[in-house]
Amino acid sequence: MIKVENLQKTFGSHKVLNGINVVVQPQEVVVVIGPSGSGKSTFLRCINLLETITDGHVLIEEVDITDKSSNINKVREEVGMVFQHFNLFPHKTVMENITLAPLKVRGIPEQQARSKGMELLKKVGLEDKAEAYPDSLSGGQKQRVAIARALAMEPKIMLFDEPTSALDPEMVGEVLEVIKQLAREGMTMVVVTHEMGFAREVGDRVIFMDGGLIIEENKPREIFENPQHERTKAFLSKVL
Amino acid sequence: MDFRFDMIIEYSPYLIKGTLLTIGLSLAGILIGTVLGLFIGLGKMQRRRLLAWPFVWYITFFRGTPLFVQILLIHFGVVPMLIGQTNGIVATIIALSLNAAAYIAEIFRAGIQSIDRGQMEAARSLGMTHVQAMRYVILPQAFKRMIPPLGNEFIVLIKESSLAAIVATPEIMYWGRVMAGKYYRVWEPYLTAAIIYLILTISLSFLLNILERRLKTE
Repeated sequence: MIKVENLQKTFGSHKVLNGINVVVQPQEVVVVIGPSGSGKSTFLRCINLLETITDGHVLIEEVDITDKSSNINKVREEVGMVFQHFNLFPHKTVMENITLAPLKVRGIPEQQARSKGMELLKKVGLEDKAEAYPDSLSGGQKQRVAIARALAMEPKIMLFDEPTSALDPEMVGEVLEVIKQLAREGMTMVVVTHEMGFAREVGDRVIFMDGGLIIEENKPREIFENPQHERTKAFLSKVL
Repeated sequence: MDFRFDMIIEYSPYLIKGTLLTIGLSLAGILIGTVLGLFIGLGKMQRRRLLAWPFVWYITFFRGTPLFVQILLIHFGVVPMLIGQTNGIVATIIALSLNAAAYIAEIFRAGIQSIDRGQMEAARSLGMTHVQAMRYVILPQAFKRMIPPLGNEFIVLIKESSLAAIVATPEIMYWGRVMAGKYYRVWEPYLTAAIIYLILTISLSFLLNILERRLKTE
C-alpha cells in the first residue's frame, strides 16, 4: 500500500533522512518511535509530499509521488493526515471543517456531506459540537475533530504526526481511543508517537528511528522486550 | 473673533459637491487600490526572484516618493500622454489607486504570511489545490487580520485625496481654498473642511468596526 525506497531528505546541508526503506501492507498499523530530531516526523510528511523529497521514491498504491507527472492532489485525497497542532480551520465551524474538502475536492452534495459529517462526529463522540467553532473546544476535542475531518475524505491510509504531543495528559486517552478504534476497523495507518503504551498495544509493527535511519523494526513485543540494538535499548531505557 | 456662518452657507452647494467628489475619489482609490494591491502583493510573494522583482520595485517607488509628487507627475505627464489632455479627476484616481496599491500590497502580504503554515498543510493534505487552499482557508483568515491595517490605509487615502486640490480637482479642499481666497479668511473654510474630513473618516472606522465584529468566531 505504501512503499518507501531509499528515501533521502536534506534541509540545506543538514541530512535528515539517510535512506529509508519501508513497506506498509493494507490494514497494517505501523508505529514510528525515536528521539526528537530522528527524522520520524519528516519521514511521515514525505509520505504525502508535505516535504519535498531529495532522493528516493515513495509509492502510494503503485503511484510514485516523486514522479513530477503524478497528480499529488489525487493521492492526498486517499491519504488522511492528523497533525500535532490539529490545524483546524478557525474561521469555520466543526461541521464546516469536516465538510469543506468533501464539498470542494470530491464535489459531493452538501446534504450528503453533512450527514456523513454527523456520522463521523458521532464516531468521535462530538455530535453536539457540530456548530461550535474550534476555539471553543479543548485540545482533545480539537484533535478528534481533526481526525473526523481527515476521515471525511474516506482515505485509504491515515498518517498521524504525534497526535497527542500537544495535549494535556488527561486528554490523551480520548484521542488514542479513537485511533485504536480505527485500527480495529482495519484502517492502514502510520503513527508517529511518543506514547509507548499505545505503540505496544495497537502497533502491528514498531519502527525505531534515529539519525535519519531505521535502526530497528519488529513486532511491538519483540522491540520493547528484546531490543537488538544499543541505540534502541538506550532510547527505551529512557522512555519506559 | 467673529465666525461667518454665512460664508459657509453661501458655499454649501459647492462643499456638498466637493464632499461627494471626495467620497467618489476615495471609493475609486480604495476599490482599484485593493484589487491592484492584492495582485501586487501576490506578485511580490512569488518564489521566483526575477518575477517578483518588478513588484518589489513598484512598491519601493510608490512608497518611497511623496504622493504630492506622484499626483503632479501623473496629472501633467502621464494623463496627457494617455488621453492628450489633462484631467484632474482621472489623474487623482490613478495617483491615489497606484499609491494605495503599494501599501495595500504589503498589508496583503503580511496578512497572508501571518497565517500559520499548518493551515496550508492541513488544506493540502485533504487534497485541495494551492488555489483552493488559498481561497477557502488562507485568504478568509488573512482578510480578517487585514481589516485594521486596511482601515488605516483607507482613512489615510481619504485624507490624502485632499492633495488633489493642487491640480484643480474640485473636491472638498479645492472649495476650501477657493473660499479662503475669495474672503481672505482662514478659520471658516479650513475648519469646515477639517470637520467634513473628520465626519468621513469617523464614519469609515465605524463601518470597519462593525465588519470586524461580524467576522468574529467565538
